[in-house]
Amino acid sequence: MALLQRVAEQGRRVVRFTLDGRPVEALEGDTVMTAMLTNAERLRRTEFADSPRAGFCMMGACQDCWVRTEEGERLRACGTFIADGMRLLSGGEWTS
Amino acid sequence: MSEHLPSAGLAPVIVGAGPAGIRAAEQLVAAGLRPVVVDEAARWGGQIYRQPPDGGFTRPKNALYGFEAGKADAVHRAMAAIRDRVDYRPRTLVWNCEAGALDLLCDGASEALPFSHLILATGATDRVLPFPGWTLPGVFTLGGSQVALKFQGCAIGRRVAFLGTGPLLYLVAYQYLKAGVEVTGVFDTTPFAVQARATAGMLRDPATLAKGLLYVGWLRAHGVPIHNGVRPVRAEGTERVDALVWRDARGQERRTDCDAVAFGLGLRSETQLADLAGCRFRFDEADRAWLPERDGAGRSSVPGVYLAGDGSGIAGADAAELAGERAALALLEDLGRPVEAARVKELDGRLARIAAFRRSLSAAFPFPADWADAIADDTMICRCEGITAGAVREVARSGQAREMNRAKALTRAGMGRCQGRMCGATTAELLSRTLGTGPDGVGRLRAQPPIKPLPVSAGAQRREVA
Repeated sequence: MALLQRVAEQGRRVVRFTLDGRPVEALEGDTVMTAMLTNAERLRRTEFADSPRAGFCMMGACQDCWVRTEEGERLRACGTFIADGMRLLSGGEWTS
Repeated sequence: MSEHLPSAGLAPVIVGAGPAGIRAAEQLVAAGLRPVVVDEAARWGGQIYRQPPDGGFTRPKNALYGFEAGKADAVHRAMAAIRDRVDYRPRTLVWNCEAGALDLLCDGASEALPFSHLILATGATDRVLPFPGWTLPGVFTLGGSQVALKFQGCAIGRRVAFLGTGPLLYLVAYQYLKAGVEVTGVFDTTPFAVQARATAGMLRDPATLAKGLLYVGWLRAHGVPIHNGVRPVRAEGTERVDALVWRDARGQERRTDCDAVAFGLGLRSETQLADLAGCRFRFDEADRAWLPERDGAGRSSVPGVYLAGDGSGIAGADAAELAGERAALALLEDLGRPVEAARVKELDGRLARIAAFRRSLSAAFPFPADWADAIADDTMICRCEGITAGAVREVARSGQAREMNRAKALTRAGMGRCQGRMCGATTAELLSRTLGTGPDGVGRLRAQPPIKPLPVSAGAQRREVA
């Protein structure tokens, strides 16, 4: 179910956000990538192949982890921190 | 006042706050200058000594950096000590370099930063080649897998396969095992005999060799199978990876269940800004890549532009610290400032010794040059836009493209959001092997600004400082 597994640093404050409309939790200091992938298996579906993606390099080089918010904003998930009340989508580039 | 300003009245600029950038800044501050340090990350340290985010993270440095904790701490402290004497710009992307100025993006706002003297310490990322299934969720780079652990306290899966070659392969596998993660195997592309032969050369640096042997020993002692001479066949799965299929050294196809794959084939330098700054490039056989030329002190071919660390040739974190300091001393010499000749000589000697050791390391973990021939035509080489190996081979075979930029124009490989960072090595290998040239025979991708995607609102707002 979750792609990333927490193995340390679990005593941080809980942050609440929504993923595809579902209320979920992450921890303060999580990137958007960590927040999403500890609750789900993907960040997005690609516009070219409709295949699931979950990022790759985690250091801002591959540009594979762009995700959308419900407001239509695009975030690079590995370089953006999660915040309370974020409304994130993992459905796809053009749908959802 | 003028003490803080070099010849053209501008502060020297350092791009990157890793080991090279921090040591460079330290020297410039010691000489009474106030450099600007621009870094994309929120905290200093670079990738190798990356610090956890602010707030609530409690692991001590020896848990985060292992044997390198002392070095990481020293680099972090060096920056903390000069923090008030540098113009530090974290969370800031440098997206262009032209006409004596950098274009910066911070918190959505663009700004031009003119410079007279520039030290580029831009670092490196994993070098990769594609295999079927490499875009599945759960397949991450080795460097990324380490970032997850160090920066977020997360593993990329419960049962992780480590694939590729290079020192990072064993280091990250060891770190995962120590963190309590099941390591389903280390799949090294290098044949065992090649690695054994290269061990003699690595005796130049017994401490580093000993660490490498310790990682291998630890993995073996915990029952982790280590396979040499491996080639990947595919990562299997639909919504996420659930197995790695691989070919062993005898050519037999085998399957290992896993829920994640950490993958990398050594590192590749981030050279885009050096390119935009007008630096001359040369093909480097050891890195199998085009790199900006630099002399022993770090001077590029462009007066006032200096290069330090892995961003201009892979030599590792220790060399990056020394090269950062050396480049800063070169900059000071060029400003007519006195520098300590004995220190320069010592740095040059230590850098030369590391370079010799690095050659042995490259011999122990060679780039798997035959890999490209085995990539099927329908394998996706471009993560950004789904371009296949066949598309690149076709423009080479038909005579339409004899070098990288033409191939990019025709196939779009290298045109997507990553600008060739992930597909560049593959495209070069496919082109050169189809055309029958050496790896240096197909040129290099030219960098294009913005070197990373920008919001339109930032790009539209052009520089106001002349």
